[in-house]
Amino acid sequence: MAEVAYDKASRIFSGNPPVRAVDELSLDVADGEFLVLVGPSGSGKSTALRMLAGLEDVDEGAIKIGGKDVTNVPPKGRDIAMVFQSYALYPHMTVAENMGFALKLRGVAKGEIKAKVAEAAKMLDLTKYLDRKPKALSGGQRQRVAMGRAIVREPAVFLMDEPLSNLDAKLRVETRANIAALQQRLGTTTIYVTHDQVEAMTMGHRVAVLKDGLLQQCDTPRALYDKPGNAFVAGFMGSPAMNLKTVPLTAEGAKLDGLVVPLERRALDRAGADGLSEVTFGVRPESLALVGSSSVGMEMVVELVEELGADALVHGAVRIGGAAERFVVRVDGRTPPGLGQTVKVAVRDAGEVHLFHPESGVRLSS
Amino acid sequence: MAARRSRLASVGLHAALVGASVIAVFPVFWVLVTSFKPDARAVETTPRLLNESSLDNYARVLAGEKGDFLAWFGNSVLIALGTTALAVFLSATAGYAASRFRFPGRRPLLLSFLLVQMFPFAVLIVPLYNVLLALGLQGTGFGLVLVYCTTAVPFCAFMLKGYFDTIPADIDEAGRVDGLSPFGVFWRLVLPLARPGLAVTAFYAFLTAWGEVAFASAFLSAADGSKTLAVGLQVFVQQNRTEWGHLAAASVLVAVPAVAAFYPVQRYLVAGLPSGAVKG
Repeated sequence: MAEVAYDKASRIFSGNPPVRAVDELSLDVADGEFLVLVGPSGSGKSTALRMLAGLEDVDEGAIKIGGKDVTNVPPKGRDIAMVFQSYALYPHMTVAENMGFALKLRGVAKGEIKAKVAEAAKMLDLTKYLDRKPKALSGGQRQRVAMGRAIVREPAVFLMDEPLSNLDAKLRVETRANIAALQQRLGTTTIYVTHDQVEAMTMGHRVAVLKDGLLQQCDTPRALYDKPGNAFVAGFMGSPAMNLKTVPLTAEGAKLDGLVVPLERRALDRAGADGLSEVTFGVRPESLALVGSSSVGMEMVVELVEELGADALVHGAVRIGGAAERFVVRVDGRTPPGLGQTVKVAVRDAGEVHLFHPESGVRLSS
Repeated sequence: MAARRSRLASVGLHAALVGASVIAVFPVFWVLVTSFKPDARAVETTPRLLNESSLDNYARVLAGEKGDFLAWFGNSVLIALGTTALAVFLSATAGYAASRFRFPGRRPLLLSFLLVQMFPFAVLIVPLYNVLLALGLQGTGFGLVLVYCTTAVPFCAFMLKGYFDTIPADIDEAGRVDGLSPFGVFWRLVLPLARPGLAVTAFYAFLTAWGEVAFASAFLSAADGSKTLAVGLQVFVQQNRTEWGHLAAASVLVAVPAVAAFYPVQRYLVAGLPSGAVKG
């Protein structure tokens, strides 16, 4: 068990111009923490993980595991275990051999290997399959073998590179919970890469959001959701995504169609200081509500209703400054409006509005 | 019901297959038939399956009446196995490097593997002779092994590179994280997984050396005891007379080890050749 630290670590892929796949990443992961690296494809999250594993060079900066600088240490010297997206099981070895391979390489006694493999297999419900080859296993079983191979090692750090993306939806949700519970039980520092923000929200103690190799924000899931640090994080975290629109600014607040949303003083001052006449206005679908036709609100023409059971997502068009803008509103699932209907939409609470700089995307509201 | 072949199509198909099989098998069969006949009966106006057939030819060939057959056999086995071992080792390491590592000159190297296949062997005899002479290896079996490797290694390396490409690099990385050195990855993970590809390459290298005549007759010393089988067979073909019976018997004896080498490999050949060779 150990803490992990990225110290301005960069990975630069040669080319013209060279690509900074990971750009001066600085991140401290506490002992026993479950940290999720999340971002769209090409954000550098997998590269960052592979740098920690020693599978990718660190061109600038340093990486430390347990306080020890491992920047130039080969993977075998880092005391890490990794679960790959493809699982990367050894096809010519049985499940037991796959799981015990790392111990065998370290010269651990046969009896001890067997006991440890049996223990891990029991934990993962693999006892029946120990003598099988990977090709005779289902996708979910293979995934568990990959997990087992990591657990048996009892490493300082677990690295997981999208370990659930090859599972079907139901199994993914199940395994997600299992991995989180297992990590809790073992208390091993874990770095987990995913592109799925739901996985990030549900599993991580903290979540680091990356984009274009740059760390955007690293915080608890709750904090990321409630106070995204910039427009990218705001749009990336949460499903369905936050409504983000560029709207004109008035003395009272942000102007949307027939609705002026009052804004907090601090945000207005900041926007004023920058001389902004427009801001990026963000509001989550659940922070919007349908109101009666006589109330103040913006008029929205319903274009699509997605019924999810407990609630429904209403997609519709609102005219802002002459152009039709799309909004998503989360409403009660039992009484959704009909297609083509015009409804009135209002912001539930002005405190749930997020304001960002229209160019830099930096958060303006507190 | 699923569409079935019509009777006519079925007959046509089988006739074509039988025809092709006969074309492939008959010459070998006739060599076998001839090998039991005395030389004088080997070529007849009315060919017959049996005509004074006996095992005499085999006895005489093995007894070494015309030349030391068993010595030739030993030379051939040593040279072919030596070529196989060296070629597989060199081409597996070269193929792995070309498959996994990015280094300057990688593309030219792969191209040169293909390019050398285009030279006719005859062109190479004189330069290779000079090289062997300079190295002091002219007339030795080891020299001949090296010569065979010059033709076998490029092709085998190219084929194995294609085979290694089909083994996911994730497996290499999992091995490194599990504690293997780069060579350990190659030895304990990649080579066992590439067994079908290795078997096919080994077979190719073996055949390259086993049946080759031109290099063997140019580079081995003329002494009877140092010949290989393919060279030795020429003693049965003289200027005015060919001892067909003896030649056929010796040919059958030459073919047996090749078939024996082929048998364990053939199940890989079907699967291995396309998967190894096409993806490059």
